[in-house]
Amino acid sequence: MRILIDNFTKTFGTTTVIRDMTLDIESGEMLALLGPSGCGKSTTLFAVCGIHRMNGGRLLFGDRDVTTVSSQDRNVGVVFQNYALYPHMNVFENISFPLKIRKESKADIDAKVREMAKLVHIEDLMERKPAQLSGGQQQRVALARALIRKPDVLLLDEPLANLDAKLRLEMRSEIRRIQQETGITAILVTHDQVEAMSMCDRIAIMNKGQIVQLSSPSEMYNEPASAFVAGFMGNPPISFLDGTVEGSSLRLDQSSIVLPLPESSRPASPASRVKLGVRPEYFQPENPDKVEGKISFIEIQGRETLYDVTLENGAVLRSIQSSGPLHKLGDTVRWGVDHSRVLAFDESGARL
Amino acid sequence: MTKNFKTLPVYILLSVLSLPLVIMYAYLVIDTFTVTTPGSLVPGPFTLHNWRFLWEPAKPGQASIWAATLNTFLFAGGTMLIVLMTSATAGYALSRLRMPMRSFMLAGLIMLHAFPTVTLIISVFLILQIIGLYDTLIGVILVRAALDLPLGVWIMKGFYDNVPWEIEMAGVQDGASRFTVWWRLILPQIQPGLAALGIFSFLQAWSEFILPQVLAPGANAQVLSVYMQAVVKSETQMDFTLFKTIGLFYTLPVVVIYLIFNKKLMNIYGGGTKG
Ligand SMILES: Nc1ncnc2c1ncn2[C@@H]1O[C@H](COP(=O)(O)OP(=O)(O)OP(=O)(O)O)[C@@H](O)[C@H]1O
Ligand SMILES: [Mg+2]
Repeated sequence: MRILIDNFTKTFGTTTVIRDMTLDIESGEMLALLGPSGCGKSTTLFAVCGIHRMNGGRLLFGDRDVTTVSSQDRNVGVVFQNYALYPHMNVFENISFPLKIRKESKADIDAKVREMAKLVHIEDLMERKPAQLSGGQQQRVALARALIRKPDVLLLDEPLANLDAKLRLEMRSEIRRIQQETGITAILVTHDQVEAMSMCDRIAIMNKGQIVQLSSPSEMYNEPASAFVAGFMGNPPISFLDGTVEGSSLRLDQSSIVLPLPESSRPASPASRVKLGVRPEYFQPENPDKVEGKISFIEIQGRETLYDVTLENGAVLRSIQSSGPLHKLGDTVRWGVDHSRVLAFDESGARL
Repeated sequence: MTKNFKTLPVYILLSVLSLPLVIMYAYLVIDTFTVTTPGSLVPGPFTLHNWRFLWEPAKPGQASIWAATLNTFLFAGGTMLIVLMTSATAGYALSRLRMPMRSFMLAGLIMLHAFPTVTLIISVFLILQIIGLYDTLIGVILVRAALDLPLGVWIMKGFYDNVPWEIEMAGVQDGASRFTVWWRLILPQIQPGLAALGIFSFLQAWSEFILPQVLAPGANAQVLSVYMQAVVKSETQMDFTLFKTIGLFYTLPVVVIYLIFNKKLMNIYGGGTKG
């Protein structure tokens, strides 16, 4: 089912948390709401499921306007960050609770719960209480309970935040599998960009209550609309260099280093200030546009090694290299920037 | 094995220290069933003479023991019901609903709890007389419940505070009404608190003396504590063994309740919904 958030505004008292946000989610799509803490992700999610009343704008499920419909009648499935399983009920009772509320027949409930348990792989746990389940199992139960009513939308608020690293990886693909098998429209709230990129069809990056970019994961990574988005996507993160335009190049502040600007993004006025974004994979020894600096930090990540290179003006460039640690801390290196892959932003942070 | 050896001396010490208490309780029971001269350690022959108040008809002007027992059960049970229902709902409101004067009410609760009963008794007496509930069981039940409520509401609020609000929201998303959510999802989680509070207020009312004595002294509404006092007053010569026996009879339900529920009773001060 297509979800349309139209000109949504939310205020708490006198502070406006979200202003005039519009978001169109296609049927069967999984969309990530990604952004720093406090940007209004949860608030948006709670408005969609009806926990928060909207102060302005409309909410449409398909053609149905649900702006003023109560939570109970919206048919939305929610998985909360702490799962919110009912502790006094066993797994079966937890999953069947939404159906019991609807007063469905016992045989129906039994069949549906069994089918759902199979989908999320918890058939053997039906008699357990939530306290007797591992984090990943609780997660699956919460998913099953959210999906059992065949909701129009599935909302996930940081569903993986409470899991350890290995389980997170597993549940990432599990949630995606279940979403695709059921074909449900889903919104995933997260502040982990890896999660957003790996699980979702599209990503909406939020900042201060606004959506700053809405794109597919690869477009978001390669063509960020602003320095904020570029800084948010990618791990290890992009590094930024400030400078002034000189012809078709950029002179870095307080230094003699001059770097060519990408052809596509020459600023209109000469001598304007520009911020250059260089991803670690595009700062490599073999690239042509050399920059000299001193290695100031080395992080060995197993398969790859991450170097921080401090330039003469104090700016730092990051480089990630797949060969083992060939260089030592304090070494002076001349590595190159791939200027065709460099991202240029103007002073306000907008992409040039 | 080693653990037993270590704790053994502690057990012995504790046993010796509590021995006087145990002996006194034992003699309390033994005395009521035997003809024992006061001061003697050797029990005399067995007799049910001291328990005769259970089957002999009541003296004229006095309530019967069974009527008093029934009254006490009604009094304690009624108080418990009112306290439970009001605390469960008021505690929820104070914990979850954003209502006007919330913090004022919370502070007020503590103040109310600090008020000693005795200072209120004259005004309560007058009020009951005016509204016509003087010398009725309902009157004392209302007063006793009112006195228990501040603490009860406060405790229940604490238990509600410990229930994550996401559970409530999850219930609402699952399509349940606010009332169903409260009844089926929230109440079960504060159930240890409810049980403890219920027992607490039941026992409190069971052992209450001043309120029934002042507010419902008549034979119709007499509870056991008042009955005991009446027995003592009516005897020209104080029969201590009779007094002891009635006392024992009066304590029995308390002991039974305590034995059944002592785990839950501990929970009220543990203050949490684990398990
Ligand atoms: N009930 C409330 N009253 C007042 N302000 C609120 C309330 N709920 C949220 N806010 C504010 O709204 C803003 C957005 O909050 P929200 O919970 O949506 O952030 P978030 O993006 O989910 O962050 P996080 O990643 O930390 O969960 C925050 O600045 C927060 O302080
Ligand atoms: Mg949040």
